[in-house]
Amino acid sequence: MIGFDNVNKWYGRYQALVEITETIARGEVVVVCGPSGSGKSTLIRTINRLEPIDSGRIVVDGENIHRRGLDIDAFRSRIGFVFQQFALFPHLTALQNCTLAPVHHRRATAAQARERALALLDRVGLRDKADALPSALSGGQQQRVAIARALALQPSILLFDEPTSALDPEMVGEVLQVIKGLARDGMTMVVVTHEMGFAREVADRILFMDAGRILERATPADFFNRPQHPRAQQFLADLRSPFTS
Amino acid sequence: MPAFELSLLLSGPYHALLLAGLQVSLALLAVSFAVALPLALLVALAGQAPLAPLRGLAVVFVESQRSVPLLAHLLFWYFGAPELLPPDARQWLYEGDVEFLAAVIALSLYYGAYMAEDIRSGLRAVPVEQLQAARSLGLGFLPAMRHVVLPQAVRITVPPLLSQTLNLWKDTSIATVIGTAELMHQAAKVETESFRSLEAFAFATVCYLAVSLAIAAAAAGCQRRLAPGWRP
Repeated sequence: MIGFDNVNKWYGRYQALVEITETIARGEVVVVCGPSGSGKSTLIRTINRLEPIDSGRIVVDGENIHRRGLDIDAFRSRIGFVFQQFALFPHLTALQNCTLAPVHHRRATAAQARERALALLDRVGLRDKADALPSALSGGQQQRVAIARALALQPSILLFDEPTSALDPEMVGEVLQVIKGLARDGMTMVVVTHEMGFAREVADRILFMDAGRILERATPADFFNRPQHPRAQQFLADLRSPFTS
Repeated sequence: MPAFELSLLLSGPYHALLLAGLQVSLALLAVSFAVALPLALLVALAGQAPLAPLRGLAVVFVESQRSVPLLAHLLFWYFGAPELLPPDARQWLYEGDVEFLAAVIALSLYYGAYMAEDIRSGLRAVPVEQLQAARSLGLGFLPAMRHVVLPQAVRITVPPLLSQTLNLWKDTSIATVIGTAELMHQAAKVETESFRSLEAFAFATVCYLAVSLAIAAAAAGCQRRLAPGWRP
């Protein structure tokens, strides 16, 4: 359902993605990890074309998404994206954040969109905050609203770009719980994260990236217990004992 | 003869002249503002557009307006531009109020450029993730601007737009050099006819001051309505 075929991308002379070829199946939960600067955020942003690519192809649901002439807005409306910094619209309430896009795309009347948004806010545990502005919400609450906003378009794929990295530690759990719930429901998800406990528990597969390449593809059990690539071994060792390396 | 003859300003032919001048000045302000603000919005959006030629066009417009004195623009639109027209069109133009028209064009374009820069800096003050988040929800560039970026930029933009509007108001007086019958022009006329310079220019000063204060009050009202916490 998401296919990368020999994708390359440069930032000036720096190659951010190197010969990426990978397939992600429907219903799969894939965690992308790796050291910072390894290209994982770039990779996930190419899936809804927030980042252009320089060569290769990315096919989503049978559609070559980087071709010219694609109705990019219609395409993006079927893919949810959750940002590291939440990126809620600060002048709109939690509810309005969730109804803006569905009403814009005429997927629903204002009343239907409102009903669905309230149900989604309920699902992320924030129905009572529907009328709150983002500035009145904690980081964890804002990120849960952002997930509800992404779900409001009933996407077939959800992309998470380090969804807990900007959160205070005590708020990480509430957001991961919501993402876990979505995984259980069979949503196709690609999650860039440093939360290895979450990866171990939820991922069907782990992609390990470094210097723009996917160096290892493995089940969580294999990745954490028997990492093959020396860089992956080093990465995991650094995570376990961050102060000794 | 009293030192300051107030009655001169309250009734009579000079009163009528000055009042007519004030009306023309207010009309210059209203029409120029009504053209400049939408123009500025268009130019500012073009300056952020995904298409490079549009961005280039915005830069050319802003720089060509800002880099030349308003007086030069005014003289160009009054003396220069009509020369470029075919004779019939020129004739038609000269039969109408060409002084007013030239002043409106010069002021609108000039202040359109400055206001575009104010709006642009307001747009740039909105974090880039806001546009990305809106686009990632499938909103096109213009809907994303309209629903997400502009409402946030407007609040930041009101104070500089206010001072630009005050400048526009004061600069309507420059139209006097091409003979537009605005307030300064009429004050000078009253002064030459009556030798009452103090009265004539006092009237003009009070008018400029009063309208400036009214503009500032209107902007403050705008700002209050758009203050954080405001809900559409």
